[in-house]
Order: sequence, then structure tokens, then C-alpha cells
Amino acid sequence: MKRLIMRGETRKNFITYGIVIIAYVLLLVLSSTGMMSSALQGLLVPTCTYIIAALSLNLTVGVLGELSLGHAGFMSVGAFSGVTVSMALADVVPAPWARMVLAIVVGAVLAAAAGFVVGIPVLRLRGDYLAIVTLAFGEIIKTVVTNLYVGKDSSGLRLGFLDPNIGLGQGGMMIVNGPNGISGIKKLSTFTAGFLVIMLCLIIIFNMVNSRSGRAIMALRDNRIAAESVGINVTKYKLMAFVVSAAMAGAAGALYGLSQNTVTANKFDFNTSILILVFVVLGGLGNMRGSIIAATVLYILPETWLRQFSDYRMLLYAVVLIVTMLVTNTNKVRSVIDRLLPHKIKAREEEKEHV
Amino acid sequence: MSEFHFEKGKMVPVPSHSIIPERDLGKPPVLECNHLGIDFGGLRAVDDFNFTIGKTEIAGLIGPNGAGKTTVFNLLTKVYAPTRGTILLNGMDTSGKTTAQINKMGIARTFQNIRLFSNLSVEDNVKIGLHNAYKYSALEGVLRLPSYWKKEKAAHERAIELLSIFKMEYMADWQAGNLPYGAQRRLEIVRALATNPCLLLLDEPAAGMNPAETAELMENIVKIRDMFQIAVLLIEHDMKLVMGICEGICVLNFGQVIAKGTAEDIRQNPTVIEAYLGKRGADPC
Amino acid sequence: MVFLSFINNLINGVSLGSVYAIIALGYTMVYGIAKMLNFAHGDIIMVGAYVCFFMVSSFGLNPVFGILSAILVCTVLGILIEQLAYKPLRQANSLAVLITAIGVSYFLQNAAQLMWTSNPRIFPAIFGNGGLQLAGGQLMVPYKTLVTIGVCVIIMVGLILFTGKTRTGKAMRACSEDKEAAQLMGINVNRTISITFAIGSALAAVAGVLLCASYPKLIPTTGSMPGIKAFTAAVFGGIGSIPGAFLGGILLGVIEIFSSAYLSTELANAIVFLVLIVVLLVKPTGLLGKRTSEKV
Repeated sequence: MKRLIMRGETRKNFITYGIVIIAYVLLLVLSSTGMMSSALQGLLVPTCTYIIAALSLNLTVGVLGELSLGHAGFMSVGAFSGVTVSMALADVVPAPWARMVLAIVVGAVLAAAAGFVVGIPVLRLRGDYLAIVTLAFGEIIKTVVTNLYVGKDSSGLRLGFLDPNIGLGQGGMMIVNGPNGISGIKKLSTFTAGFLVIMLCLIIIFNMVNSRSGRAIMALRDNRIAAESVGINVTKYKLMAFVVSAAMAGAAGALYGLSQNTVTANKFDFNTSILILVFVVLGGLGNMRGSIIAATVLYILPETWLRQFSDYRMLLYAVVLIVTMLVTNTNKVRSVIDRLLPHKIKAREEEKEHV
Repeated sequence: MSEFHFEKGKMVPVPSHSIIPERDLGKPPVLECNHLGIDFGGLRAVDDFNFTIGKTEIAGLIGPNGAGKTTVFNLLTKVYAPTRGTILLNGMDTSGKTTAQINKMGIARTFQNIRLFSNLSVEDNVKIGLHNAYKYSALEGVLRLPSYWKKEKAAHERAIELLSIFKMEYMADWQAGNLPYGAQRRLEIVRALATNPCLLLLDEPAAGMNPAETAELMENIVKIRDMFQIAVLLIEHDMKLVMGICEGICVLNFGQVIAKGTAEDIRQNPTVIEAYLGKRGADPC
Repeated sequence: MVFLSFINNLINGVSLGSVYAIIALGYTMVYGIAKMLNFAHGDIIMVGAYVCFFMVSSFGLNPVFGILSAILVCTVLGILIEQLAYKPLRQANSLAVLITAIGVSYFLQNAAQLMWTSNPRIFPAIFGNGGLQLAGGQLMVPYKTLVTIGVCVIIMVGLILFTGKTRTGKAMRACSEDKEAAQLMGINVNRTISITFAIGSALAAVAGVLLCASYPKLIPTTGSMPGIKAFTAAVFGGIGSIPGAFLGGILLGVIEIFSSAYLSTELANAIVFLVLIVVLLVKPTGLLGKRTSEKV
């Protein structure tokens, strides 16, 4: 029974929680005692958002095993809806933290809805086709947001598509201004909020993976036909993973939007989707702790100490992506890794003894 | 094969000309295929397949390579939709059902080319088989409500119990993909059993096994039938196994049923001998 | 004249579609044989266009040499990419191969940005600015358009003959059906895959030059959007099918030009992607594709 309560997997998860909490406390102390440069302080919230985005994409790519190339699209939905809500309700909800929470919730819910709408048709496809269609959806979301106009006046919210003249009344305020996006955003998101959302996402992912639904999702990844043959509803569990992943990306988007002065649809383009994918691949598919570390290091380094090399940043990411794939998927290298990981050898030896 | 002492019962022909054991008479058959067929393009991969399996029968499906045996399994589990004919499972029509629904109705299977969840542990593989037996919602799982702990504990105990059939409990934490070949085959059977089937389909269970392992497998198949009181339909090329434990046997060739009957009937059937060995006279030996 | 502008849009659509078709032919051949989505295909187009640009604009060479050197460079590049990045992953799962291909695409784009900066270059009018006067001078069809459409048709017919009649072409078809069986029949699978990449990349070079002849703004990301759209075209027509890639490319080009002319310029790309999604959902095998199912 002891094994059920504290399995190796569970212990690893608690170590991950521990690392996140310690890092949070450490950074909080550093920034409150003034030992952290203001430039670095400004990076804390965006780093949190990229960590959340990487965690959520890892749920799709690592746990479900489907490549999504439009993940930034869900962040975009979350950012624009979340920021719009926080600006529209500036008079009604005075407390900044309450508006931020509201923005994150609305961002997550709308992104989940978008994930559902995208997921129903998309998840019928497999492999390369699915990847290219998620890419297409990412581009469609970008185009739609680029041509979206939202304003607020005394009679409420006004929406427009393609046409900036949305008939705002006296004293009306333009919130989403087409290609110019949203400007003049009040920076509501805080490091603590980022930390809490990360923890929440981790808890959801870990608890899901170690439950009936998570096992069903991983079964689909490992062998869809076998999963179907033991009575697993393919559409339901694929959609579940996809929607949860989209919701988390939406929360990340809202948090990100509220940490910037302006957001435009171009911020969440294909390049952003790839950037998040790099974090996930480098951190290890299905490895949440890896995603957190990769997102932190790869986001902070180029923004701070490696600033002078920023031209080479994307080139470096490309090389990292290729080399990681070559190293982890070639038999020669794999056998070396196998030899380095003692538990696999132990398993084989035990088997020999029993035979 | 005297060491496999199961009561043979008298074999009785049923309307489809299949043979089922007498002990299953009076009970509705677990599976009834009527005029089942599928075309791939112009090719009639399986045609006019009529077969009945008794409630606790061990039945065999044999035939030369490419005869359409695995296709029959794929039709039964709805991996392919049949072009013609009906499949009745415990008297219920299965048309329009998905593979997952068929499993819930009571057919579980293994695969010729092993299909395990190879990145997961042995125990998790079995627990995935228990997916529909110990249900709780995703939300209960994420929030770790008491129902989660209760169901997980029960599923764990059941998984270990099922693994113990093949004495594999000690492997529970191993990664399925790293198991030796024989253990992978056994794990596939355990996973199929976990779904609580009334009909177990085994696709070449003895492939790649040595005679000692095959003999053990034969004992185990009979043991499983007796323990769970279920029917087993197996595809196998190892004639010792088929003749040793199968009660009713069906022989396929080019998608057509060429013979049905007991092991003795099949052994002496001239059409079967011809299908396997070629026409007498054409044989150079 | 509504009718004349319709004809004009149609010609532009077919011209753009011809470029998509040439790119899609490369995609479809590689996908058919290596069973991988070569994401970097679009960026090879960009490299081809840059090579031709430098040969013609900087060195003042004849455009024919420009095109030939673009073909040469891209062919070598294609083979190199295949050998270094894709060949070691022959046995790996498709997710790993796709991620690698994305990495290669990113590498090419960013290397181009470092070498050639992101300042747009204006591609020279290598086919002149003249055109064929039709309908009493009311309709002008530029020579570049005629060349584009002509080259596309020649390439498609050439490829059909090549895969149907030649030994190498037959080897390619054999590899796309079953690599192991082809190997047993004495076909050098690795060499065949390399040849496929070489042909695909040479086609990409041609497509790059033709694309930039019509749309002269050349930047390091010039190839990525047409690349993705050409993949859409290949899927539309049925992946693995040469006439399918041609048909899909032409249709997609026409759809794109028409939607930007009659619906909205901003939404043209979104409409093209919407077409892709609808096609994949309604007929996942594309217009002329074959049905394949996973062996159980």
C-alpha cells in the first residue's frame, strides 16, 4: 500500500512543486530587498506566462502526443479577451487584483471555448495533418483578431469586424483597435499571480496524468488502436486534453497581456508558437519540470546576459531543436542513454533472475 | 494432450454448421456471425463468414497466411466496418458500434503485432484496461476527492490480482515497452481481461514462443476460460496448441470458410489438407 | 469592365496557383516517398530566390545563369539537409521528424536573416515588364505570367513522365509503396530518397524565382507562407499525387486571388486556410488522393 501512496512518480511531482515554490520565494526576497535589477523584475511575469504556455503545450504534445503549431492563437484569445474585460470593468470592479483574476478566468474560459471549437474538427485528423491544421487555425485566429474592433461607451460594449467605425457614442473608448491591438493597458498582473497560476497548472496536470483520464490520454498517445480496443473514447479524451491545454494557454495570455503596455495580434504569431514548442522539446516531451526550466532559461538568458547575441537567438533555438531531436531519437544515442540510466538495467536483470 | 484436462463435452453442430460444446447448449451463444463479409476494393477479403461460439468455448480460427483471419478479428471489433452481414454479441446486433463500444459490449482482443502502451508501467497498462470498470470523472481525479482514492485503490488491487494470473505482480512498476517478448504478450492478455469481456480474441498468442512457453500458455488459456467463464477465440499457426485446446475450429482460406468442426474433423478434412499442403500429385515429395 | 477584371483575376490566380503547384509538387514527392512533411521546403524557395537575386543584381549575370545557379545551390542544400537532419531519423516517430523539419526551417530563415539581413530586396524583373495585349489592348497578360504557367505545365508533365517511364522514377514509386520491399528488390532506398529531395529542392528553386518575378519583395521569410500554402495545395489535391498537387495548387491560387479581389484582402490568407480545414474534414485524402489505412 505504501507504494500507492508515494510512488516514484508522485515523489518527482512533489520535487517539482518544491522547486517552483523555492524559486518563487527566492526571487520574491531578491526583488523586495532591491537586489534584483528593474530590468530583470520586469521579466518575472512574462517568464511566468511562458512557463504556463510551455506547460500547457506539453500537455498536448508530450502527454497527448499530438503536435500543435497554433498554441499562440489560444494565448491570443486569452490575452485579448482578458485585457478587454479588465479594461471594460475598470469602473465596476475597482480592486486591481479582482480585475486581474477576472481577466485570467475570462481568458481561460474563452480560450477553452476556442480550443473546443478548433478541437472538434481538428482532432479527427492525425499526425502531420493535425499539425498543419492547428497552424492554420493559429493564423486564422491571428487574422480575426487583427481585424477586430471593440469599444465601450455608455450603452455597453460595441464590436466591429474589418470596419473601425463601430459607432461609439459620446465619451466612448476604443479598447481593441484592429491591427494596433490594445494600448494603454494597466499592468495588473503580479509575480505572485504568475506563481499561483503556475502552481495551479502543475497541480491540474500532475493530478490529471495520475488519474483515470490522464492514463486514457497517454494510452491514446502510445497506441490509439489498442486504446480503442480497451474501450477508451478517443474523441472525448483527445478533446479533454486539448481544451484543458487551451484554457491554460488562455490564462497565460491574459497574464501576459496585463504585464505589457500594448498587445497586438502579431505578438502571438507562428514564431511564438514555435518558441513555446522549443521550450517543450528542449525540456523533454511530457516532462513538466523540464518545460519550466527550459522556458525560464531560454526566455531570461537572451533578454539579459545574452542581449548582444540576440541576433543569433533564433538561430541557436533552431540548432537546439534539431540537435535535441537527433540526439533523443537516434538508436545509437539511445542505447548510450539506456546504459546510463541504471533503473532500466536493473529491470532487465530482475527479469533474468525470475526466468 | 492429456495434461490439459478440461471436460470436452459432446460437440454439437448448431445451425451455422459450427460445433459448440454440449455444456454450452441451452445457453445463448456468445457470438453469432451471419454472412459476414468485407471487400477491399475489388478483393473479397472475407466472404460469407458464418460462425457461432458457445458461452464458454475455446474456439480456433486457422488458415494459411493471408486467409483473412486477422480481418475477421478486425470486423468483430469494428476496426473495419463490415460490407455485408451481421454480428450478434450475446444476441445483440453490433452494427454501427465503434471499437470502444464493442469493447464495452464484451469483446476484448490482443494484437498480432503487440500493441502495448509502451511508455507506461505494466500496472498502468492494466489500469487502462480497467478504465470502464472503475469510473470517476476527470474533475474528481484532479481534485483528488475521496472517490478518487477509493476507486484508485480498488483498481490497483484488481490490477495486481489480474497480473497474478500470469505471476507478473512483481513487474507492476516496470515500463511495458522494456518487458521481454513473452511478458509483453501475456500483459496484452491481462489488459484485455481487465476490460471484463465475455469473448476474448487472441491473435497468434503463441507467436515467437518456444515449446515450453507454448505449453504454459495453453494451460493458462484454459485456466482463464475456467476462471472467468468466458469464451475464447484464437488465431494460431501452432497446430499443437490449436488441436490441443480448441473445441470448435474454423478454417479460412482466401476469405472463405473451408471447414468447421472439432480438432479430429479438421485433421482429417481433405480440403484443409489441400489448403495447407497443396494438391496431392502437385506435391513433388 | 467587370468581365475583363474577372478574366484578369483568373489569370493572376492561375499564375499564383502555378507557383503553388510547383512548390506543392516538391512537397508531394517528398511526402510520398519519405513520408515526412518537409517544413523547410518553403525556405529552400527563399534561398533559391536570394541566390538568383545576387547572381542577377549583384554580379550582373544573365538571368538564365541566375536560375541555373539557384537550382544548383538548392539541390545541394536539399541533399545536405536530408543527409544531416532527416536521414538519421528514418526510424524515428513522425513527431520527432516534424519537429526537426521545423527546426531546419527556422535555421534557414534565421541564417538568411544573419547573412542577408531582413531588409527587403527588390527582385529584378528577369522576364521583362512587357506582356501580351489581348481584347484590343484592354487586357494585358505579362510575360512573367505566361512563363510561370508554361513552366508549371512543363514540370508537371515532365514529372509524370519521369515517375512513369524512367528506372529512377519507378524506383521512387516502389519506395513510396513499400520501402522494405523495394530494398529487397535491389533498389537503393537511401539514394532514391536523396534523389527525391534533390528534385524537390530544384523545383523549389524554380518556384522561388517565379514567385519573386511576380511578387518582387524578397525577405528571409518570403518562402514560409507560400510553403505552407503549397502544402495546403498538396493536401487539397491529394498528398502523394502529382496531378493532384498541380490541380490543388491552381485551385488554391485562384481561390486566394478571388477572395482578396471580391471579399477582403485582409482575410485572403484566412480563407485559404479555411479551405484547407474544410477539405481535410470532408475529404481527408484530397481531391485525387488514394485512401490508405493503418494496418492493424
